[in-house]
Amino acid sequence: MSERYSRQELFAPIGEDGQIQIRKASIFILGAGALGSSGAEMLVRAGVGRVTIVDRDIIEWTNLHRQQLYTEQDVIEQLPKAVAAEKRLTAINSDVAVTGIVVDVTQQNVLDLMTGHDLVLDATDNIETRLLANDAALKLGIPFFMGACVGSYGLTFPIGIQDNQPCLHCILETLPSQTLTCDTVGVISPIVVTTAARQVADVLKYITRIPFEPKLESADLWTGDRASIGVASMKKAGCPSCSENAVYPFLSARESMKTAVLCGRDTVQLSWPTSRKFELIPFAESIRGSVSKLIHNPHLVACEYNGHRIVLFRDGRMLVHGTKDVVTARNIAARLLG
Amino acid sequence: MKRTIELNGNRYDMPAEVGNVQELLGHLELAERIVIVEMNRDILAKDAYDLPINDRDQIEIIHFVGGG
Repeated sequence: MSERYSRQELFAPIGEDGQIQIRKASIFILGAGALGSSGAEMLVRAGVGRVTIVDRDIIEWTNLHRQQLYTEQDVIEQLPKAVAAEKRLTAINSDVAVTGIVVDVTQQNVLDLMTGHDLVLDATDNIETRLLANDAALKLGIPFFMGACVGSYGLTFPIGIQDNQPCLHCILETLPSQTLTCDTVGVISPIVVTTAARQVADVLKYITRIPFEPKLESADLWTGDRASIGVASMKKAGCPSCSENAVYPFLSARESMKTAVLCGRDTVQLSWPTSRKFELIPFAESIRGSVSKLIHNPHLVACEYNGHRIVLFRDGRMLVHGTKDVVTARNIAARLLG
Repeated sequence: MKRTIELNGNRYDMPAEVGNVQELLGHLELAERIVIVEMNRDILAKDAYDLPINDRDQIEIIHFVGGG
C-alpha cells in the first residue's frame, strides 16, 4: 500500500512530509449532500486520518445527479446520507476512520460534534447553519472552510486561517432574508465539484502548512464569471463572533431558530431570531416555480411543497403542516429559504 | 458615452440606463441579495453604492447563496 499516495507525494508542495500531515488530519464535514459527497471523497482518497460526516437527511432520487457517493439502491433503501456516505467512503479507502452521524446540527450539539477535529469543511445548505458553524469553529479555534453553490455558481471562503482575518459574521453585515437554494433555482454537478475542489485545495494547503491568503472567491461555470476578493479590510473590530470579546451569538439560544411541535395539529412551527428579516414578496417570487397553490399577502406567504402546507409569516415564523418531525420541517425551510 | 467595464473577469458593456453600482446590482438582479462589491480593487461599503461607474472600471461582485 506504500505506493498508494505516491502521485500525491510526487507533487512537490506536498511531498512525503505533507502526506504525513494529511494522514494526521481529522476532518469534520458538515453535510453529506453535494459538496459533502464531493469534498469527502477527495479527502478520503487523499488519505486523511479521520473523517466525521454529519447529515440529517435521507437520499432521494433528486440527489443522484450531483451527490456522487450515492446509488439508486441507496434511494430504494431510503438510507440516511450519513450512513450511505460512511459505507461508500470506507469502501474507497479503508485506511481512513470514517464516521457518519445522522443528526440535525443545532446550537445544542454543534460544539460536541466538532470537538476533536482539526478543521471543518462546510457542506451545509443554509446560511443559518453556516453562521452556527462559523461561531463554533471560532470558539474551538479551528478553521472553517466555507463553500456554497447553486445553479452554475459557487463561492468559497476559508475562515480562521490567519489572525486578523474577517469571519463569516464580519462579512455578512446583515442576515439575508433568503438565499438562493438548489430547490428554488436548481444546480448542476460541475459547480458542485468545482466548489468542493477549491475548498479541498485550501484544506490540503492548510494541513500541509502551506501559507496562503484566504480570499472570498466565486465562479460561474455557465457565464465564465469569476471573482476573487481579498476581504481582509472587512474584519470588524467588535465582531461578536471573532473579536477578543466574542460572545458567539449563534451558539446562544437567542440567535438560533426555535422549533415547536404544535400538539394535535400535525404541524411544526419554526421561529427565526428577530435579526433575520423576511421579505415576503421576493420570497414568494423565488419559490414560485418550486411550489404549488402559492398565495401571498402583506402578512404571509402560503404554498404547498412536497405534500406539506407551508406558511411563512412576516414576523419570522414558518408553519410546516403535515409533519410532527422537527428535522423534516427544518429541512424544508432550508430548501426554500436557504 | 459608451462605457465598457471588466465585470467579474469578463468584458461588460454597460447598459446606458445603469449609472452607479446600486443600479448595476439592480440590473443584475442582485439588489435583494447579500453581496460584496469590489471596485478597482477596493471593497465598497454599502453607502458607497451610489458611486458612478466609469469606462474601464474593474468591478467584482460576489453574492451569497444557500445551497451546498
